[in-house]
Amino acid sequence: MSNLIKGHTGEWEVVIGLEVHAQVISKAKLFSGAATDFGAEPNTQVSTVDAAFPGMLPVLNRFCVEQAVKTGLGLDAQVNLHSVFDRKNYFYPDLPAGYQISQFSRPIVGKGKIVLDMPDGSAREIGITRLHLEQDAGKSLHDQHPSKTYVDLNRAGVALMEIVSEPDLRSAEEAGAYLRKLRAILRYLGTCDANMEEGNLRCDCNVSVRKPGGKLGTRCEIKNVNSIRFVMQAIEYEARRQIELIEEGGTVVQETRLFDSGKGVTRSMRSKEESHDYRYFPDPDLLPVTLDPAWLAKLKAELPELPDVKKARFMCDYGLSGSQASALVAEKETADAFEELQSKVSKAVSIPATATANTVINVVSFIAGERGVSPAQFISTNDVPGALILQQKNVISGRMLKEVLEGIADSKKSAEAFVAEKSLKQVTDTGAIETAIDAMLAKEPDKVADYRAGKEKLLAYFVGQVMKATQGKANPALVNELLKKKLAG
Amino acid sequence: MNLTGLTIGQARDQLRRKAITARELAEAYIKAMETARPLKAYLIETPDRAFAAAKQSDARLQKGGGLPLDGVPIAVKDLFCTEGVETAAASKILAGFVPPYESTVTANLWRNGALMLGKVNLDEFAMGSATITSARGPTENPWRRRGDNRPLVPGGSSGGSAAAVAARAALAATGTDTGGSIRQPASFCGIVGLKPTYGRCSRWGIVAFASSLDQAGPMTRDVRDAAIMLQAMAGHDPKDATSAPLPVPNFEAAVGQSIKGLRIGIPKEYRLDGMPTEIEALWQRGIEWVKAAGATTVDISLKMTKYALATYYIIAPAEASSNLARYDGVRFGLRVPGETLEALYENTRGQGFGAEVRRRVLIGTYVLSAGYYDAYYLKAQKVRALIARDFDDAFKSCDAMLTPTAPSAAFAIGEKMDDPIAMYLNDVFTVPVNLAGLPGISLPAGLSADGLPLGLQVIGKAFDEETVLRVAAVLEDSAKFDAVPAFVAGAA
Repeated sequence: MSNLIKGHTGEWEVVIGLEVHAQVISKAKLFSGAATDFGAEPNTQVSTVDAAFPGMLPVLNRFCVEQAVKTGLGLDAQVNLHSVFDRKNYFYPDLPAGYQISQFSRPIVGKGKIVLDMPDGSAREIGITRLHLEQDAGKSLHDQHPSKTYVDLNRAGVALMEIVSEPDLRSAEEAGAYLRKLRAILRYLGTCDANMEEGNLRCDCNVSVRKPGGKLGTRCEIKNVNSIRFVMQAIEYEARRQIELIEEGGTVVQETRLFDSGKGVTRSMRSKEESHDYRYFPDPDLLPVTLDPAWLAKLKAELPELPDVKKARFMCDYGLSGSQASALVAEKETADAFEELQSKVSKAVSIPATATANTVINVVSFIAGERGVSPAQFISTNDVPGALILQQKNVISGRMLKEVLEGIADSKKSAEAFVAEKSLKQVTDTGAIETAIDAMLAKEPDKVADYRAGKEKLLAYFVGQVMKATQGKANPALVNELLKKKLAG
Repeated sequence: MNLTGLTIGQARDQLRRKAITARELAEAYIKAMETARPLKAYLIETPDRAFAAAKQSDARLQKGGGLPLDGVPIAVKDLFCTEGVETAAASKILAGFVPPYESTVTANLWRNGALMLGKVNLDEFAMGSATITSARGPTENPWRRRGDNRPLVPGGSSGGSAAAVAARAALAATGTDTGGSIRQPASFCGIVGLKPTYGRCSRWGIVAFASSLDQAGPMTRDVRDAAIMLQAMAGHDPKDATSAPLPVPNFEAAVGQSIKGLRIGIPKEYRLDGMPTEIEALWQRGIEWVKAAGATTVDISLKMTKYALATYYIIAPAEASSNLARYDGVRFGLRVPGETLEALYENTRGQGFGAEVRRRVLIGTYVLSAGYYDAYYLKAQKVRALIARDFDDAFKSCDAMLTPTAPSAAFAIGEKMDDPIAMYLNDVFTVPVNLAGLPGISLPAGLSADGLPLGLQVIGKAFDEETVLRVAAVLEDSAKFDAVPAFVAGAA
């Protein structure tokens, strides 16, 4: 698959690295006991530590460290047994202490990787440079008063993991796939909710362009893009902007840019010259973080099964195809629901896992999507196993399955009750089907003659007519078989 | 009975024997505090609070027993946050700030029965050695040179604490010591000042100056009182990650124990060129006293001593520049509006901080800046590690060290004020102890030729305040320092 972009002077390669800020799932903030709930009234989740009152001191929340370490392990990364918190100094009203506690030279997690499954079935390995823990800042509200800025410190001090990728990504699609995969891993681990809309996963994109195989171009950083779609749009726009600029004889200036999602463009925010000197130094209020190797080993052993391993198991144990397995493992809940469904149905009838998988991926996902619930929620609240069992027992046909699933979702009845009530049972009585076939063939003597003369495509038409006559209740396989026999005879 | 003449140890006995009441003691000190107003040691007087606490102390004492510090009236350096009582760190930028919380150290004191007389003066944000950088004006030393009535500085930064204790306007006081801020004013005012090991007392609720150096400690009339106070102030605090998770020994038990067989190190690098001969002579007397008490002295070398001040004046301002960033006019304290956000910051910080604080914030910002970090801050951290190693090595051959506390006696208000370097030299013997995180005590050991107190310093191993107190108590017995300052508020 070629990712190259065509310009006037030939093809260009885009080089992308992503810095993701992932909010750690934790009841309390990184260095204070204040709560972290989303959507609380402004300034209701603020301790005197978060507001940087005189004499207040940070105390490291060990659970956040555990979450970061788990994430590191999930990214197949080097976890550093010794790491240090530094102060990143700058003035801003939503940064109460005048510094952010972060990790600069000694992060808690070092190099790791993420494997992307591309739509064409190929796999791409993307390097992770590092993961470090840091505090979030508060929020400046500029729209509350004509001349004043208000500050909400609810978010100030909330734990973030900054996850930095190597500049290994080569297209907007890859960037999107990277974020989806990272999101899946974080959710599997339970270390971040990873909802970009709620702001608990935020992304900065470093984008540059170069002639294929040439040396790296000057990069621009697009700050704080808040959805995967916007990340892809921003990269797409920025790459083309840089190519056009260079091709028109200009040069790319290293700068920070903002993405305007309304207009779909990036805009300059500040240049490198205006960038801050953060005066990082080790925070003297905090001791270095030292991890016990035994504790680390225990965490590693207790790590849940992650998407890649689950996918491999689904392919091996259930005989699913790569794309089926990928589709199921993208969300842990979907994968779990699939396994539970397969297990329940298998107890009653024999069912190939591929059939269950297809039902979940194609039918259930669609119906659930229409109803605004996840496939897992749909499966857990409706008698999906019952419907599948009826299908496997040939009580209903494959086409009737969708109708039954929709019906049970609306009526909240069991599949069996719904089918009985609507007399939806498919006709498997050969006598009844034969009667219907005979009646239909009698009405179509010309077409029968054509078929017998060699127009075998007409078979589908005949099947359709029989199905219509039986209001779709006839077993299509049986109709097919009997029709062929009759027409041959 | 002269109530303000009692030490904590003596007052405790009188209170327990019901010879006096906490209320009588509080009344005497509140009166003394009022009499001492010309010294400008107290910034805020809290007599009502003192009386209320004294009432509770008396109730407990009446039942017999009582808490370790029941009825002990103390002054609190205005760097400790006190719930409901203005805490401004002697800075204009924090004027009017009333903390909704109590520092761990003062909370420990109140829990042990002590009562607060008021908040006392200091150098702004504890940056100074003379209590002359206070936004509220200088505090005077209760001592005067013989035949000279010019007001003298009490030392600093805990100058208000030292002056109040020396003038008998407080039975004891809290201080903080970042580079000598407890020991040097104790020396200048003829009292005892103890800087514990870094991590012995919680820093929670103390307005930060330089986090890796700041340490709270007691300022008292004698060594036993320092032990009693430290007992109450110290202890592990989960709210301060740098506080040591260690049990608190019985410090008072160390006072009065023999020092026979102890090895006392005498660092040769502390014999400064040009040091006044009377300081040299005092040090020599100290050496003879410990020998007479059965200890041996050992000549030791602390090779890195000459770099200590320079190292300190990089690390302390670096941390301060970051610690003081929170005073931005946004959430509390002074706000001087401006047309832009930058102007708000510049106006607030420019007008809110005094000259010395501004100087240190600038130095600190500079040494952390890109391109200078390695040459200054990082180099200073390395030298700091070498200074600590010097002490570690020296302590292989000795159990404690004896040095002068400061290179001079108190100087007059106005002297040394135009030369920051001369002012910084005050801390030459105390700063290395902070850089190494060790405990040190200053005790009054004699008078200068013009009648001013001079202190000796005992330095101990980390978390070995007991040996420090033991040696200091022996020196105190030998020195028999009984001179009184020119101004004694409580001697009515």
